[in-house]
Amino acid sequence: MGRNPWTRLTQTNVDPALESPGSNPVFRVQDVTKTYHMGQVSVHALRNINLELYTGELVVLLGASGSGKSTLLNILGGLDVPTTGRVFYGHEELSGASTRALTLYRRHHVGFVFQFYNLIPSLTARENVALVTEIAHAAMKPEEALELVGLSDRLDHFPAQLSGGEQQRVAIARAVAKNPQVLLCDEPTGALDLETGRMVLRVLERVNRQTGTCTAIITHNAAIAAMGDRVIQMSSGRIASVDRNAERTSVEAIHW
Amino acid sequence: MTVLTMRGTYESLDSSRDQYYRDTRFPDIWASLEKAPLSLVGDLEAISGVATVTTRIALNANLDVPSTDAPALGRLFSVPENRSASLADIHVKTGRYVDPESPDEAVVSRNFAVANGFTPGDTLRAVINGRLHGLRIVGTGISPEHTYAIPPGAIIPDNERYGIIWIGRRALSSMYDMEGAFNEVLIQLAPGSKERAVMSDLDQVLRPYGGLGAYPRSRQPSHLMVQSELDQNRATGTIIPIVFLAVAAFLLNVVLSRMIATQRSEIAVLKAFGYSNAEVGWHYLQFAFVAVLIGTGAGIFLGIALGQSMVDLYGEFFDFPNLEYDASPVLMIIAVGVSLVAATIGALGSVRRASRLPPAEAMRAEPPASFKPGLVERWGFGSSLPPAGRMILRNVERTPVRSLLSIVGVAYAVAILVIGMFMFDGVDRMMELQFGETQREDLAVNFNRSLSPSVRYDLARLDGVTRVEPFRVVPVRLRSGQLTQDSGITGIPRESRLRRIIAASGRVQPLPPSGVVLSDLLAERLAVEAGDVLRVEVLEGPRHVRDVTVAGVVEDFLGLSVFMDLDALHRLVGTASVSGAFLSVDDHRRAGLNAALKTVPAVASVSSPDQSLASFEEQLDESLLISVFFILGFSSVIAIAVIYNGARVALSERGRELASLRVLGFSRREVAVLLLGEQAITTVAAIPLGWLLGYGLAAAVAAGVRTDAYRIPFVVSTNTFMLAALVTILAALLSGLIVRRRLDRMDLIEVLKTRE
Repeated sequence: MGRNPWTRLTQTNVDPALESPGSNPVFRVQDVTKTYHMGQVSVHALRNINLELYTGELVVLLGASGSGKSTLLNILGGLDVPTTGRVFYGHEELSGASTRALTLYRRHHVGFVFQFYNLIPSLTARENVALVTEIAHAAMKPEEALELVGLSDRLDHFPAQLSGGEQQRVAIARAVAKNPQVLLCDEPTGALDLETGRMVLRVLERVNRQTGTCTAIITHNAAIAAMGDRVIQMSSGRIASVDRNAERTSVEAIHW
Repeated sequence: MTVLTMRGTYESLDSSRDQYYRDTRFPDIWASLEKAPLSLVGDLEAISGVATVTTRIALNANLDVPSTDAPALGRLFSVPENRSASLADIHVKTGRYVDPESPDEAVVSRNFAVANGFTPGDTLRAVINGRLHGLRIVGTGISPEHTYAIPPGAIIPDNERYGIIWIGRRALSSMYDMEGAFNEVLIQLAPGSKERAVMSDLDQVLRPYGGLGAYPRSRQPSHLMVQSELDQNRATGTIIPIVFLAVAAFLLNVVLSRMIATQRSEIAVLKAFGYSNAEVGWHYLQFAFVAVLIGTGAGIFLGIALGQSMVDLYGEFFDFPNLEYDASPVLMIIAVGVSLVAATIGALGSVRRASRLPPAEAMRAEPPASFKPGLVERWGFGSSLPPAGRMILRNVERTPVRSLLSIVGVAYAVAILVIGMFMFDGVDRMMELQFGETQREDLAVNFNRSLSPSVRYDLARLDGVTRVEPFRVVPVRLRSGQLTQDSGITGIPRESRLRRIIAASGRVQPLPPSGVVLSDLLAERLAVEAGDVLRVEVLEGPRHVRDVTVAGVVEDFLGLSVFMDLDALHRLVGTASVSGAFLSVDDHRRAGLNAALKTVPAVASVSSPDQSLASFEEQLDESLLISVFFILGFSSVIAIAVIYNGARVALSERGRELASLRVLGFSRREVAVLLLGEQAITTVAAIPLGWLLGYGLAAAVAAGVRTDAYRIPFVVSTNTFMLAALVTILAALLSGLIVRRRLDRMDLIEVLKTRE
């Protein structure tokens, strides 16, 4: 590694090569394994993963719990590091990067959406978004991001005053407001009922279409797979299959 | 633990002092006189209420101490042949007691011996009755009469130039021409007898023999100093543990309520299995009790260890023999009991909340906490704040009681520092006034007998003397109605430049041509004010009884003084003589002058304010260092406990939130700022409150510490406030740092996976 390989990552303008959709990989995952040691038991969360994700595409990561999909997402998001193998974001290597570099990577390039929203209870919807836009470089206005998720009328509500679906949409607004290159969603509908879940998926779909952000959605719900460009099926820490949908099914047509 | 340390220290000191007094048969009443035959002892023993009478010979002598160029003063006491039956015995530290048959053996006070490097076997030269004697030092000793050895006319101990020397009675009486006579009486009272009545009878018996007035133990100078130290120790030993227990109860409350909040689902499971509310509640109370018992167990252990070391430190200072830390079982029970009560009160509320929840509700995760824009934002200050600032603010405002208690807790830490440091300020101010404003002489010469006023011309002729101002001290009894007070009137020339009467405020009190100026505490004792008339019984010379006007009352801070114009005093007594003189000296010829004064037989002692100040500061530093050590320790512990606990609780309550922020790309530092900002606000808010609190408490201490020996002027310096703030901020930073380490080790993924 050079003296400071992360200077480029901290800039908002990413390598122009990354910006032609569908051509250049945003992520390249090479022979990645991840092993956790819990007491005397070794858990192989990921075994020999090879994968590429591209700009603009919406990928659904499908698998039962324990299949390794969350671990993979955490590694892509800079929350975890592989035990062996290499992970590249554009031309930069994530595997083996410093804590500080990973923090900056998350701050400027990654949007996260979690199953349990993880909003800050002491801040209003607008402030939750502003918290992130203030530290990112070329962020939207919080109001703009909240409009994108249809919450223009709930700007000054606190999380405790919002429904689950609304909270999740605030979380999505918070994730996309920084104009991230990648949007990583871990079971975004897991805690929601069908209708609310659909609304959230619609928002994710629209954001992906409008901003061209490479979006990865983790789910154990096979019905959701139809909305993605590609579906990656995981099982026991391995990629079982990668399928390309001929056409993305609209969220309205999905049932579960 | 603090209960044990502080209170236990007081009790140990108090009980070992009592033991010391018992062992040495510390007298109840002292009386000095000119000279009386031993045959008078029968009359003294006949006084009703007297249990034991001991007579002795006491005198001042010039000592030749190699280590200082100024003459040193020795206070010589005769010690009896039959040691076990007499009062005011001494405790021999090294060497041995004097042999009653020997003509030249002496035991010297330990502090004096240490300050001058004397050891048994050395010879000390003393001028007694104008003749030079060589005294053979056979031992060093201590006595409760001289725990603080303060030279006559001085206000502070001077171990280097003032020594107590005990000599066999036969030897001393022959040196001082006192065979078959005595000039000091010590009395032990019979149980139930009246001190006042005995003293008055005693004065009656001694009057024909030049009695100077009896005084009780409560006015014995050394006892007085020790007593005020102990009183102060008791005061701090009461206040500080109360503050500590309050802080501990608060912390226990917060910790338990937080812990029970995290165990919501476990409580639900227990209740779902059919445990009753009372059983669940009891389970958690037991938990609180176990915590308290472990805590008090460790506390007792540490408290005793710390108490022991504190007692040792004090012991060195007070010089009590057989000083041992001795915490009574009662004290331990009180300590444990108070802790248990504090814990129960703290835990009960949280336990009640937890056991009241219906199981199904308790099994669900807690809903997101409700927030609203706080007061500060509603006042319109919020718009300028970034979201992070609002987070901090709203968290502080969301739990107002807890935040307030935290602020009060830290404020107490600040206040304790202010009080502790205020003592320095007060003493500083005292010294500054005493040595900068009041005592402006270069040397004070005390004669060993009254001399004619013309002696000032002899002194003025000495090489190096640039100004001479004579003074006179006359023992008197002051009477106002039923109230009496023994004292000495100090006569100084009205136009005196070397001695001035200075009030605590720094104001110079002018001396009127007639009438006396009193210390306000003395005026209070006698219930007189300026303009009233006092009856003065002169206890020397023709012993006139005269009425004198109180010309002024001065709020001073050292000793109980009565000042009068020198000429007016001569008229009052009926004779003109002087007891000593204040001198201004040419600095370059000072050494020569000291040597010259050392050879003048009439000169009992020569003291210089500079040297007194230096020796006093040395002593003070030692004792203050002890207090500072404890004050710093205690207040830091309080500040760290409150702040660290606050941050830890916040971390446990909001760990998930903070982990989310880390995931969103906030750096460790930024997240730490969010968490610790709350503590910073607490600290910042607590400092002015603590200043205020400390200022008030210091005023109370200043008003409360008013002894005959000293009153503390009420001044709190800016430095004190700054230092109190600084120490608190450092303690806060330290706690922040500890929490920051925990924050850095937080497992992001783990926190995100779980729901609560």
